Amino acid sequence: MTDKPGAKPAKLLVYRHAGVTRATHWVNVLALSLLLMSGLQIFNAHPALYWGAKSVFAHPWLAMVAGERGGQPVGVTTIAGHAFPTTGLFGWSGKPGMGEPRGFPAWATIPSYRDLADGRRWHFFFAWLFVINGLVYWAIGLINRHIARDLWPTRGDLAPRHIWHEIVTHAQLKFPKGEDARRYNILQKGAYLAVILVLLPLMVATGLTMSPGIDAAAPWLLDLFGGRQSARSIHFISAWLIVGFVIVHLVMVVASGTWNNIRSMITGRYAIEVEGAAE
Amino acid sequence: MTRPLNRRGWLTAAGASAAGLWLAACNKLTEDPKSAAVLKSAEGLTRRAQRLVIDRKALAREFAPADISADFKPNGSTNPSDADYVAHLAKGFADYRLVVDGLVEHPLSLSLADLRQQPARTQITRHDCVEGWSSIGKWTGARLGPLLDQAKLKPNARYIVLHCADTLEETLDGTGQYYESIDLIDAYHPQTLLAYAMNDAPLPVAHGAPLRLRVERQLGYKQAKYVMRLEAVSDFAHIGRGNGGFWEDRGYEWYAGI
Repeated sequence: MTDKPGAKPAKLLVYRHAGVTRATHWVNVLALSLLLMSGLQIFNAHPALYWGAKSVFAHPWLAMVAGERGGQPVGVTTIAGHAFPTTGLFGWSGKPGMGEPRGFPAWATIPSYRDLADGRRWHFFFAWLFVINGLVYWAIGLINRHIARDLWPTRGDLAPRHIWHEIVTHAQLKFPKGEDARRYNILQKGAYLAVILVLLPLMVATGLTMSPGIDAAAPWLLDLFGGRQSARSIHFISAWLIVGFVIVHLVMVVASGTWNNIRSMITGRYAIEVEGAAE
Repeated sequence: MTRPLNRRGWLTAAGASAAGLWLAACNKLTEDPKSAAVLKSAEGLTRRAQRLVIDRKALAREFAPADISADFKPNGSTNPSDADYVAHLAKGFADYRLVVDGLVEHPLSLSLADLRQQPARTQITRHDCVEGWSSIGKWTGARLGPLLDQAKLKPNARYIVLHCADTLEETLDGTGQYYESIDLIDAYHPQTLLAYAMNDAPLPVAHGAPLRLRVERQLGYKQAKYVMRLEAVSDFAHIGRGNGGFWEDRGYEWYAGI
């Protein structure tokens, strides 16, 4: 078999994602979207964050408040003592003439109108779904060795030269072809493991730390995160790190073949290009 | 002049419509009684799961004097204008009596001096508002458990309802009166107090003078202020709008350990 220049690469459909991976992926899409938006509704009830056990109201490290400038209402976001004008987005938003003081705008929250009680209902319902979904993923992923086989880095993956090579080719939006496309590359493995192993469990743990009931049963959670208000801050930061992951994930999906990727997460089949004639 | 939408315009419009539909659907699901009941079903799961994993006597964390908040935020009613309350306040609560009745063998009527004679406890604890903030305060008060033992609960008593002096919302049917309820697990918890002192001083009006509940493993709205009467009941369906508390009647969870 020779590499003929100009030969059209053959497509080979490989089975990439097991049913459990696909199902838990889409449940997670739903649960995390609703958790984020209902979480922003809950945040809006007191749009300020603190470090430590308690709130020192004069010193939030982050706050989104309404103010006034020249007789006009404005939204101001304060981060570590620095104030930024964020009218229309954070602190003050709404349709012209119908603005109101609110942390995050109506289009980012569930329900869209201000309602803490309902926001909490959405949040806790989908928190349960998210936790059960995650436990199913973990249990099956350990049993069928999905996590060990597909996600855990190999020794070769971790060679600095290899990692550097992957960073350079990713930055050029060049993705592995042929046999290399059958496996996750080290950047994918790293990103997926960071989310599955660190960020998502961190969301659950910091969420539980905000529960005064759980704090009585597991006070070590308070020590682990440095107090309830720290846990609330970490919960907020991790949520946005997950949003950051999703944005990069979506960019990569589009850059490496939108429909092929979406199909593989629905039917399980992923097309890889094989140079020259396959088989 | 109208121009046909270009590709970017079309995508933006499609994205905005999808987002609008999504939000409208979520609002609709929030308001529809059937889907709202599905969302609410998680509350029972949370309560049962927490009761399962939290030891009945597990204590809420207690803090050091240095941790006490200088800016403890009063919430809800902070200065009740109800006539009876105003009269009590004017007399320095000299005629105040806490009534303990309902499903009890020996109804009680206790003055503040009587309450100060009861088995007491002092604790520095964190107060977590459902809005998300926390403040730390020092509370001294009569332990609720021994008080209920004196009144001797009847076997069918399951909840303690706390009737308060303040009207938090003006309503025609009187359901704007503040009240709360807790079950006997929390009523007999060692940190559950009827607090008459905060930070070594008599309880301030903003924080519920003369008497407020401290039930430390639940959120702030359970910590009823301006407590006038404890009623032991077998269920609370006939009180207020039937959900066990002022905020519960307005959509919040009865079990506020989360």
